[in-house]
Amino acid sequence: MKVMVCLKQVPHQDARLDVNSDGTWIQEDNIKFEINSYDTYAIEEALRLKDAGDAEVVVVSIGPDRVTQALRTALGMGADRAVHVNDAAAQGADALGTAKILAAVAKEEGADVIFTGLMADDDNASAIPPMVAELLDMPSATGVTATEISEASIKVERELEGGALEVVELPKPCLIAIQTGANQVRYASLKGIMQAKKKPVDVKTLADLGVADSAGHAHNKATINKISVPAKGDTAEILEGSTDEIVTQLVGKIKELGLL
Amino acid sequence: MLADPLNSPEHELFRETARKFTEQELRPRAREFDEMGRFDKSLFKDMGDLGMLGLRYDPQYGGAGLDWSYTSVLYEEIGRSDNAGVTMGISVHTDMATPSLAEFGSEDLKQEFLVPAIAGEMVSAIAVTEPDAGSDVSGIRTRAIRDGDDWVINGSKIYITNAATADWLCLLAVTDPEAGYGGVSQILVPTDVPGFRYDLLDKIGNWGSDTGQLYFEDVRVPVAHTIGDIGRGFQQQMVQFQDERLVACVSSIAGSLFLWEETRRWAEERVLFGKPLSKMQNTQFKMVELFTQLAAAKELTQACVRKRVSGEDATDLITMAKLFCGRVCRQVADECIQFHGGYGYMKESMAGRAFVDSRLISIGGGSDETMLHYMAKQLGF
Repeated sequence: MKVMVCLKQVPHQDARLDVNSDGTWIQEDNIKFEINSYDTYAIEEALRLKDAGDAEVVVVSIGPDRVTQALRTALGMGADRAVHVNDAAAQGADALGTAKILAAVAKEEGADVIFTGLMADDDNASAIPPMVAELLDMPSATGVTATEISEASIKVERELEGGALEVVELPKPCLIAIQTGANQVRYASLKGIMQAKKKPVDVKTLADLGVADSAGHAHNKATINKISVPAKGDTAEILEGSTDEIVTQLVGKIKELGLL
Repeated sequence: MLADPLNSPEHELFRETARKFTEQELRPRAREFDEMGRFDKSLFKDMGDLGMLGLRYDPQYGGAGLDWSYTSVLYEEIGRSDNAGVTMGISVHTDMATPSLAEFGSEDLKQEFLVPAIAGEMVSAIAVTEPDAGSDVSGIRTRAIRDGDDWVINGSKIYITNAATADWLCLLAVTDPEAGYGGVSQILVPTDVPGFRYDLLDKIGNWGSDTGQLYFEDVRVPVAHTIGDIGRGFQQQMVQFQDERLVACVSSIAGSLFLWEETRRWAEERVLFGKPLSKMQNTQFKMVELFTQLAAAKELTQACVRKRVSGEDATDLITMAKLFCGRVCRQVADECIQFHGGYGYMKESMAGRAFVDSRLISIGGGSDETMLHYMAKQLGF
């Protein structure tokens, strides 16, 4: 069974973020990047399938040279191979364009199961997983907190509003978008890191994947007009008194706002 | 440009693992470890599974067979655990108590004690200092008398890190009182032997580590537990001290840099007289001065690491680095308390804790005066 994991490299959660000069994205120079936290759970879920059977785990990412670090981390955690779509034309691709690129890789790989994170820490769009599934004409489930695999299908638990759970069974091939907290993500061990040195990373361009004419920033349907930091408000109210008095006041305020 | 052999992609990946481990397993529990007065022993096993406890040791004993550059990466990250005591407890195990066993120990001894130490199944401690002999190692009195195939050990050690956690000790004892420096041996003592006990000590800082006084009353261990040759203990311990001092430099500077970063964050948020503390020239100048000191200490430490990696004798440089790093850390902690004002004087404040924790760096692993005495001799005074 071939399992593909899509991962995105995003700014490190502790990075100091500044808007770039034309106000359309953040300044990416001199900041640290890491694997999108949702995607780390997707990697872990795929590696558990590998641990349980004979799955081959292929990790895929789109981005410049720095993305190699994210792919190497996934290889260090235990993934078998990596595909790095490194093409200047892919930079700044919108969700649909990105989905087309990932779908092209999945088609080439012949993936039986595709894991993604539910969303990305940086743009919070949640758009790409269902788009990839749609482009590949395969079923998908989002917000997945548990998986149970069998020969022909995967049974998943999905998180619904209000803490309710839904159980869905999807025939393979299918796409599963994992929610954070679905599992305990492993660390890349030193042994894994050293073994990852020898694991292959295939570098692809949009032309290699046959999507140069349909994906990439030149074909975007959505563009980012502006990124900005919200102005600081002056409506904060400081509650004073003993701890008990503050708690009573706080509960009153919450009730006043109709939140309780 | 040539690739930096001390900063390869593998170094970066290992740094990522060490940083995540520190952020997820150590830092969130930092105050809990203070309350416990020790580190959670089960985390040694987790670190062993990740390959962190035997970075430079031979793969045939479970080590990674790497060099000091990886040790440096590990402690640059663990130093950011917000708990100097925990950092000390781990580094005592990896770089203060096990190096002699790995370098000079017999095959049997390594199989029985080094393999589980690297796996994190056993924890070790280094037992050198005595009530009447600290930096003056030649003054130790703990006595091991040979009785057939056994050593019978009597005496006491003090200020020993991992006192309650350790499964075995790398003990320095007098085996021939007539032979001076040649009459001292390193003996591996399991802590479950009859006649061994400890009392915990109440320290002003480093609360996350279990420091104790150890007592040996007719403790009997096989002579085969001698690490290296009988009578070579002093020389072997002097070699082991180099790792101890260098790991103290790396981790203490990492902890100080973390404190500097957190103090900067505080200064940006703290508003005084209508503007953030960080916008005042006094703050900026002081912070730059501290950063300069830290950068110098870090570069000096990295020069030591490079010498260790290349196999050159780094004794002089490590001695000077130990002296310099201890003083820089104390200065940084002192100034950072001042930026925090009254809050800095609270036990819960990172600056307040660093103030008492950093005081140890100029004492443990050989005091400043020991470093100065050694260097004065080296410089021909």
